[in-house]
Amino acid sequence: MQFPTTSSPFTPASNTVNRVMLQVLIALLPAIGIMFWLFGNTLLIQLLLSCSTALLAESCILWLRKKPIRMHLLDLSALVSAVLLALAIPTVAPWWISVSGTLFAIIIAKHLYGGLGYNPFNPAMAGYVFLLISFPQQMTAWQLPFDVISSATVLDHTKTQLGLDFSLDKIRTSPLFGYAAGKGWEYLSLAYLLGGLWLLQRKVISWHIPVAVLLGLTIPALTAYLIDSSRFTSPLFQLFSGATFCGAFFIATDPVTAATSNKGRLIFGALLGSLIYIIRTWGGYPDAIAFAVLLANLAAPSIDYYIRPKRT
Amino acid sequence: MTKLAHFHGGLAITADKCANPIIDSSLPGELIYPLLQRSNNYALPIVKLGERVLKGQMIASANSLFSAPIHAASSGTVKAIEPRIIAHPSNLADDCIIIETDGLDAALSAIPCFDYQQETPENLRTKIHQAGIVGLGGAAFPTATKLSTEQDIHTLIINAAECEPYISCDASLIRQKAEGIVQGALILQYILQAKHCIIAVEENMPEANQALLQAINTHSIQLISVPAIYPTGGEKQLIQVLTGTKIPAKCLPTEHGFICQNVGTAYAVYQAIIQGLALTERIITVTGKGIKQPQNIRTRIGTPIKHLIAQSGGYNKKVQRLIMGGSMMGIALSSDEIAVTKATNCILAMTSNQQENKSAEMPCIRCGDCAAVCPVELLPQQLYWYGRSGQLDQCQNYQLFSCIECGCCDVVCPSHIPLVQQFRVTKGEIITKEKQAVQSNLAKTRFQNQQQRRAREEQEQLAKAEKRKAIIEKMKAASLAKKKSL
Repeated sequence: MQFPTTSSPFTPASNTVNRVMLQVLIALLPAIGIMFWLFGNTLLIQLLLSCSTALLAESCILWLRKKPIRMHLLDLSALVSAVLLALAIPTVAPWWISVSGTLFAIIIAKHLYGGLGYNPFNPAMAGYVFLLISFPQQMTAWQLPFDVISSATVLDHTKTQLGLDFSLDKIRTSPLFGYAAGKGWEYLSLAYLLGGLWLLQRKVISWHIPVAVLLGLTIPALTAYLIDSSRFTSPLFQLFSGATFCGAFFIATDPVTAATSNKGRLIFGALLGSLIYIIRTWGGYPDAIAFAVLLANLAAPSIDYYIRPKRT
Repeated sequence: MTKLAHFHGGLAITADKCANPIIDSSLPGELIYPLLQRSNNYALPIVKLGERVLKGQMIASANSLFSAPIHAASSGTVKAIEPRIIAHPSNLADDCIIIETDGLDAALSAIPCFDYQQETPENLRTKIHQAGIVGLGGAAFPTATKLSTEQDIHTLIINAAECEPYISCDASLIRQKAEGIVQGALILQYILQAKHCIIAVEENMPEANQALLQAINTHSIQLISVPAIYPTGGEKQLIQVLTGTKIPAKCLPTEHGFICQNVGTAYAVYQAIIQGLALTERIITVTGKGIKQPQNIRTRIGTPIKHLIAQSGGYNKKVQRLIMGGSMMGIALSSDEIAVTKATNCILAMTSNQQENKSAEMPCIRCGDCAAVCPVELLPQQLYWYGRSGQLDQCQNYQLFSCIECGCCDVVCPSHIPLVQQFRVTKGEIITKEKQAVQSNLAKTRFQNQQQRRAREEQEQLAKAEKRKAIIEKMKAASLAKKKSL
């Protein structure tokens, strides 16, 4: 009897890209739940808008590039980018915000660089930065259900007030604050943390990047806080404000745009974490995840170039 | 209990290992012996066409340190010496001795030896060589050559860490022949004058462990069970697990005082020295979902695979692939007409749902899962990247040649990229390029030498002409003087 011959190994593969992405989406469910509780149906509209735009844009580009459409739609990478972007956009933003952001993320940040596996920048963050720079007003107008008027986030508020020479004790009395950081937002941070820990437990992501990001942020924050707690916010506030946990567990861990070796990941994460602190404290924008991620993305290929296996 | 070390990465693979007792293979009509040995060394046939041979009779002799003699596994006549497809990744035909068996199974009379310690290690090594023994773990390196190391060996490791999925020939051999294995280990230890002897079994073979424990009895052999993580059975990985010593990629274990021998080899040594038998049979696991009755078969070396398949109830309908060896490092065979060799530890018939789905290869997402499982701590994702873009220097900077082709990275890759295949191709490219570089250097030196020679010759010719001219001048001057004086 005759048989076909191929090269070893013949053991079936134990994982698929689709499974990896699906687990990321599942890990985002707690955060989506909290966002829904905070913002209601507007969130669902944003999610629907960005997801459908992403799938449509992905299909069109795949068709233009003559790539297998079904296979790449099923890898779910476009959906992950879309959901991450939707969660970062104020839910009351007009429809064209999320549509144009998603189009930028999928077409320009992802496919113009070669599609899945080849994009140097995290598509969701590139889309977010595109929106933030182009439409700053719409992109900072978060409206919490318990606020009558749309208000700034605590990071934004703290930054403005510190700029006006108010001390932190005074600023903290604002009704925007909850236990550690922004009222309501703290729960969202916890939800991201929960999802991230689940990803770690499922070994979808390794611990190196999240731990390095969180340490890279906490260590300078703690040092500054210990030096002058009236001018520098506490590490706890830094961790639970803005998108810290989302960034550490879901965005910085995007394997395509991060460093690829364990040592490289520690460097990448630490760089990203300290960039977050630097931009938040001294930069022009209140939250810094997206900028820090893009800058760290830029550094990733160089990090990979220098981290080589030991000569044995 | 000794504290064990761990090597980096590895995989815990669950694959049903068949635990049935060993059965004896029936006599095939034809036995096939490829003359090709390791690294392009050939054994030399010493029989003639039509000659009658007996079981245990040498039919081909070794011509170098990297080959071993071949012995007939049953009586019969030499029918042909002709090319047949052999068990090699190329699936090409090469010269084989074909013996037509006569059904009598008549054997040469064996000369047993009762006390090996009366013999010198040198004599024992010669006997092992004459018995045609090679490493039975799969690499088939001539055992006598391996035992002739110049280095001081302090530890002999008998490797029964049968870590590849599906293979259970070693475990079944231990269950049946633990006494012989221990004797073989002691002989090997005596030859090497090694201080320590360790037998390493895997945790998931308790019966084999028990049998060895009884056989070792009061002998000073250490029995250690190691975790069932692939590739623990790799020489260097096993040494690391047992002793914590990391052997560098470019070194042999003997340079660090270790020597590993497969458990089947130890038994073959026992048979050769104590019973005076040449290596003519071994245990082979015939298994996989494509086989009706998976089992371990004591098989005459040279038996065509289809004979073993027939004895195992034949193929299932869905059979798709025939592998020699395990599912991680085995060779895909093109035909079941191919005969088993001394290196064959397993015949694996796989069905479609067992085998990998290579059609759906996706781009690399640089997740690094491959690096996490790599037992030699490489970065396969980087090697893939550089190999694919032809950056061969970078591949060497990232230690491509340390890769042991164990296949762990392939199995965990979510994008289903055939990484090992790519690494083999890249290694081949680098080797070809280096050969070309050597050749072009040779050509360059040859050219330069030629240039120099030509220049020298020209110089010499010029000098000669000069000389001649001078002589003529002289003669002319002389004749002129003569004329003048006249």
